[in-house]
Amino acid sequence: MMLQKERHVLVVFPHPDDESFGTAGTIAQYIEMGVPVTYACLTLGEMGRNLGNPPFANRETLPQIRKQELLGACDAMGLTDLRMMGLRDKTIEFEDPEKLVNMMTDLIEELHPSLVISFHPTLAVHPDHNATGVAVIEAMSRMPEADRPVLYMKAFDNDTLNQLGEPHVAHHTPNVADKKIAALRAHASQTVWMLPDMEKRWAANDKDALDWLYNEAFYIHEFK
Amino acid sequence: METVDVNHLQELLDSFANKDVYIHLETTNGSYASHFQEGFFNAGAFIRNVVIRYELGKVAGESPHRIGLKLPSGWIYAQGITHYTLDEHDRLLMAGLGPDGKLAVALEISETPFAY
Repeated sequence: MMLQKERHVLVVFPHPDDESFGTAGTIAQYIEMGVPVTYACLTLGEMGRNLGNPPFANRETLPQIRKQELLGACDAMGLTDLRMMGLRDKTIEFEDPEKLVNMMTDLIEELHPSLVISFHPTLAVHPDHNATGVAVIEAMSRMPEADRPVLYMKAFDNDTLNQLGEPHVAHHTPNVADKKIAALRAHASQTVWMLPDMEKRWAANDKDALDWLYNEAFYIHEFK
Repeated sequence: METVDVNHLQELLDSFANKDVYIHLETTNGSYASHFQEGFFNAGAFIRNVVIRYELGKVAGESPHRIGLKLPSGWIYAQGITHYTLDEHDRLLMAGLGPDGKLAVALEISETPFAY
């Protein structure tokens, strides 16, 4: 499916690398089309368990390392408007909900996006992911319907197909695969475990691995 | 981070005894544990920047080690510690890294607060 031309795309995820795994191709394609894209990354992934093996990071240096990785991934995607929102990894669900909703509302009012991309509020596996989706939906549900952007959600819980059926939107992004791979590589502290295996499978034309690289699927949230 | 040298780590623990220190203590299986393994009982705990004063700190056991801190009226301990470092801010960072290199437990001691 061809991407629609958008006025502005706002991507909201909680962790450095969330954008690269399921959305880097989409982000890179929008940017190549000349669509402005803003990525609001809520935390610096301070609580990540991957510290290198042998470890090149520790609990206290990881935030700065992941911040540099995030900047590298944004460069790889061509994304220039990165917002680091200053929350702490693994605490999003415990934040004051109004504070989160106001954060999302401020971003939407400032950027006036025609499309918002975030996580599904219950089927995104990590509590931070789900809590981010909840805040985005609440902020958007308070907007007048006529002004409301479209909302695409990532969902990957094991029960997703059962609950939601097939994704509503599937972007085919092989033309920017090199940018997606570069973005994934930039997140070395998180991806160094999976990339060597993935690269072998891509080189061997493994169908599932190439599907994962070339296709990015989203559900459209229906506001009641 | 280096693998634990028991004598050196013991010296470092002794150097923080009887001082007001900030503690970071964390155990985790990772937020994806029950996604990758259905039915996995995912438990963890995390405290950060709580101030304590311990009268005795001890490294025990073969690697992975156990670290215990005896407080005037309580205890703190961490099990599974494999690595440690005294960083450039003189903070004692201890971590338990699993065979895959992923952090499973962390215990950190500092005379100054940890960043947020």
